[in-house]
Amino acid sequence: MPQTLYDKLWANHVVHVEDDGTALLYIDRHLLHEVTSPQAFEGLRLAGRKPWRIDSIVATADHNTPTTDWNEGIKDPISRLQVETLDANIREYGAKAYFPFLDRRQGIVHVVGPEQGATLPGMTVVCGDSHTSTHGAFACLSHGIGTSEVEHVLATQCLVQKKMQNMLVTVEGPLAPGVTAKDVALAIIGKIGTAGGTGCAVEFAGGSIRALSMEGRMTVCNMAIEAGARSGMVAVDDVTIAYLKGRPFAPTGENWNRAVAYWRTLASDAGAQFDRVVRLDASDIRPQVTWGTSPEMVVAVDGRVPDPDKEKDPTRREGIERALIYMDLKPNMRIEDIRLDKVFIGSCTNSRIEDLRAAAAMVRGKHVASSIRLALVVPGSGLVKAQAEREGLDRVFTESGFQWREPGCSMCLAMNADRLEPGERCASTSNRNFEGRQGAGGRTHLVSPEMAAAAAIAGHFVDVRNWK
Amino acid sequence: MEKFTVLNGLVAPLDRANVDTDAIIPKQFLKSIKRSGFGPNLFDAWRYKDAGEPGMDNARRPLNPDFVLNQPRYKGASILLARKNFGCGSSREHAPWALADYGFRALIAPSFADIFYNNCFKNGVLPIVLTEMSVDHLFNQVNAFPGYKLTIDLERQIVITSDGATPIAFDVDAHRKYCLLNGFDDIGLSLRQADKIRAFEARRRIEQPWLFG
Repeated sequence: MPQTLYDKLWANHVVHVEDDGTALLYIDRHLLHEVTSPQAFEGLRLAGRKPWRIDSIVATADHNTPTTDWNEGIKDPISRLQVETLDANIREYGAKAYFPFLDRRQGIVHVVGPEQGATLPGMTVVCGDSHTSTHGAFACLSHGIGTSEVEHVLATQCLVQKKMQNMLVTVEGPLAPGVTAKDVALAIIGKIGTAGGTGCAVEFAGGSIRALSMEGRMTVCNMAIEAGARSGMVAVDDVTIAYLKGRPFAPTGENWNRAVAYWRTLASDAGAQFDRVVRLDASDIRPQVTWGTSPEMVVAVDGRVPDPDKEKDPTRREGIERALIYMDLKPNMRIEDIRLDKVFIGSCTNSRIEDLRAAAAMVRGKHVASSIRLALVVPGSGLVKAQAEREGLDRVFTESGFQWREPGCSMCLAMNADRLEPGERCASTSNRNFEGRQGAGGRTHLVSPEMAAAAAIAGHFVDVRNWK
Repeated sequence: MEKFTVLNGLVAPLDRANVDTDAIIPKQFLKSIKRSGFGPNLFDAWRYKDAGEPGMDNARRPLNPDFVLNQPRYKGASILLARKNFGCGSSREHAPWALADYGFRALIAPSFADIFYNNCFKNGVLPIVLTEMSVDHLFNQVNAFPGYKLTIDLERQIVITSDGATPIAFDVDAHRKYCLLNGFDDIGLSLRQADKIRAFEARRRIEQPWLFG
């Protein structure tokens, strides 16, 4: 029987199945960071257990680390304790690799894993972070997990999981100039909603997805969780294999040839059955901007803020009304008339080298609008930062009035000092526009790096398809 | 983990869809390296009028009287009635830790986000999916009758109302039910399969050696 990519990945990792279908799924790669691991290690210690296989573990500190003044360390004592707790746990138990605060390879765990070649096709990848879906871009089966599951994987090398449904999202046709992977992701969420993929493993396919770089595919898979899907994935092709060749933890020699031969099988078979299929036409996708407090509250940049009076469903209408009050927006106003206070380019969604190149190309020779209080560029990792600096992108940004920072999660979730003040409005390349996400009372509009960069220059949203 | 068998408890309604984990427990409280003590900061941004930070004396902070959980009639509630896609967003287990620490043992909604749903079971909290119609009905009942209680019987997989109406049946995976009824954490159960895990791993080392070392 023809199998989907998810069927193949699932079958390749099942260790044991209970009568009710609950399975033990073997985990190849366990990514750790400082926020969701301390209680897991503590649980392990209290139960007198040890990690099952430390060479599956790759760890870094990212959520709490500052993006300025690294020579002064982490000033917030509570954040510092959390990062030092990860240091101590890795020291005690070990790991295949650890990129601590201040290491030149440190960065956002979902940027670091792939750039090190620690994420490989056919793997199961878990991390105590919902954006673990990112790794599916390499035809991995990836799961964002809670802390109890982190402890479970540490102790057993397995995840307790029931098989999800198969969902296929296809996007066909060439993307217009100025339309990016981020716009594809937001358009999908706009179409199916933030619960549209709940209970599903989603495979992204079609010509538009195939034409994306690995960075672009990671952006799309990263946002799968914002559509409710714990796992997103893309089949292996030449782009995947070319990206991995020569990465520090990628196989070499004869193992590379064997691995590539296996990886080539990681695609859905012709005629494979999906429980749900959603199709998008690339020609319908324009640059996207979220206007509300959920990623599904999204319109094209040439559109308008919705009018709750036109919504018939009462729960949805109340949701729109509540979001408009929180966002301080009026129904029917033009998206391009929304003025910004801050701009954030970064996060596990859009902080890779390609994102920074695209943003830099928008701002070269221009200057951030005087009404913008802060425009931040936060590279996804130390290696992305170094690469960007070799290309002179840091100077492009700083000469345009952006701040060029040290790597980390930064203002995506504002656990460190980078945040919005109450009432501030931000164009952000991150993944969540929830109330308070970027700082209590802060207002977030999710956009692509190109859209964020152009908004910083103009002081308000502009359609990058007309950018000169 | 605390067992869950039969719960008879006061119901509190949270009438909004897509309640995310950032709302359930804001990120500044995620810096803790403990599992406990999150209850006072459950729904922090909605519950208090000031901006909450770790280390504050929450008992002295100004409450938002408009937030439903601050209404005296819902004091001591152990069942939270919610709308669709409850718990969407991040994988932070601090969300169910905060709900449990506050005193909620069961959640009822038309749907939950996957990771959050899973995390609840690991912490003795039972998330129950009912139809939109049943949930609408329960919202009406809770709003109409102060002191409205429900009984949840996990063994029989039913929600029992006090008005004598037919109990409402719900689904739950057999494995999760077994763990919750007995208060088992599933690491111990999984380690019963240690020989199988070792055998699987040994085979994998030969078939895909690049995944090891």
